[in-house]
Amino acid sequence: MRTAFINALEELAAEDPRITLLTGDLGFSVFEPFIARFPRQFLNCGVAEQNMTGVAAGMALSGKVVFTYSIGNFSTLRCLEQIRNDACYHGANVKVVSVGAGLAYGPLGSSHHALEDLAILRALPEMTVVAPGDPIEAAAATRALVSHDGPCYLRLGKSGEPRVHAEVPDFALGRAIRVSDGNDLTLIATGTTLKACCDAAAKLSAEGTSVRLLSMHTIKPLDVEAVRRAAKETSAIVTVEEHSVTGGLGGAVAEVLAQSDGRRVPFLIMGVRSGFCRVVGSQEYLKAQCGLTVDDIVVNANRLIRRL
Amino acid sequence: MADLLAVLYAGILRVDAANPMWEERDRFILSKGHACAGLYAVLSKRGFFPETWLESFYKDGGKLFGHATHTGVPGIEVSTGSLGHGLSIACGMALAARIDGRKHRVYCMLSDGECDEGSTWEAALFAGHHGLDNLVVIVDYNRIQSLGHTKDVLDLDPLAQKWRSFRWAAREVDGHDVRLIDETLQEVPFEVGRPSCVIAHTVKGKGVSFMEDKLLWHYRNPSIEEYAAAVAELERKS
Repeated sequence: MRTAFINALEELAAEDPRITLLTGDLGFSVFEPFIARFPRQFLNCGVAEQNMTGVAAGMALSGKVVFTYSIGNFSTLRCLEQIRNDACYHGANVKVVSVGAGLAYGPLGSSHHALEDLAILRALPEMTVVAPGDPIEAAAATRALVSHDGPCYLRLGKSGEPRVHAEVPDFALGRAIRVSDGNDLTLIATGTTLKACCDAAAKLSAEGTSVRLLSMHTIKPLDVEAVRRAAKETSAIVTVEEHSVTGGLGGAVAEVLAQSDGRRVPFLIMGVRSGFCRVVGSQEYLKAQCGLTVDDIVVNANRLIRRL
Repeated sequence: MADLLAVLYAGILRVDAANPMWEERDRFILSKGHACAGLYAVLSKRGFFPETWLESFYKDGGKLFGHATHTGVPGIEVSTGSLGHGLSIACGMALAARIDGRKHRVYCMLSDGECDEGSTWEAALFAGHHGLDNLVVIVDYNRIQSLGHTKDVLDLDPLAQKWRSFRWAAREVDGHDVRLIDETLQEVPFEVGRPSCVIAHTVKGKGVSFMEDKLLWHYRNPSIEEYAAAVAELERKS
């Protein structure tokens, strides 16, 4: 996904000299072609994320479109107040990018697990929050962020995420992509859970359950209409995120459902419930520990539907 | 700090009250946003907004917040209030100006207290490394921070040496000697290829005998009588 991001940014930077990429000393084996091609549009700010974000705001207020890049929590939580005060309050064109969403850096430990970022960044005024579901969405999201005037957060996976969309979908910030349609159940994925949800939808369909699958790549502004329609047109809703169950995709959807008039729909938030991971493991291992496998989604979906 | 602002806005900063967003303007960032009363006063004197606005400072429904706020206030470059933010933003503006070949300068006023913040030194390291000689820092070194004297809370001395070791060209001045402040600021950059730092030695509440170097006056609003006494004392001295 980070390769899709940097390739898209390279194309954009060629056309738009305002685009500047700042990194907090990360991007080995990813940024080299960008640096070689656009040395004046790249700067390694060193391991100093607070300063990087303030610098980005200052450059953005001078007319640049500035991307800040680091791993997981380093480009977000480490410099949260700079994002809030310097970027968001000034409506600055700062695009915060984190790589390694959720448990992607599994064995590196909790410092490198990004499990609260969606909840926290979503709470900031003026902020747009995007978590693309596959490399195609990551490239489209990068283009959309440049077109959007104002602060944004782009939550990327790491590398090797499979392509989900067979064809390039119509991508617009704030509008969910309907990957498949059905009426028994709506599965809502965001970011790195899209592939698992896609596979779960296929299994459920094979069992005779008709599934609407939404890729909710934009967490803020949320596609409220898509959520309301899911509640109206399908019989149950499950959200799946590689993120804490507090305040992320599930929280955002719950806010809509709880405040909607009309029929109540059975609803489940799937995500990380255990807080910090206490065992070492790869991303796949930890996702299994957290109950985020394809089979977990199928089991939870069936349980929810059977309650009807 | 009032003396520093007076010199800056009397002839150092190239700004235009009639066109506050003029692209070639010098940028001034008051990183010590809590001292915005002085900045608002100077901006209104320079005609950025009517002096009547000052009456709304801190008031319900007013325009002027208790920390420097850019929204709807001409001449305030960026909002500040949380310490340790201004210098990074200033670095970004100075860097952008250099990349785009613009000639304006970026000035940033720091408090001594915010030199406790790690982010201030991240920015200092960055500016020194990149040799941002279009950037000027002024430290209002009044030696008092929120809960006491800097030497007791977290001693900053030797402060000028710290900036120099971060590859800044630093000078120390009497922060109440307006002629010296003016002469000093006319000479930036002090060294080509280095950002400039002016350590301004100041006395908090300067000129009002009962306020000078008193922690209480970091917080307190003068009563009508105290205000009258302070103004009378300042007028006698001027």
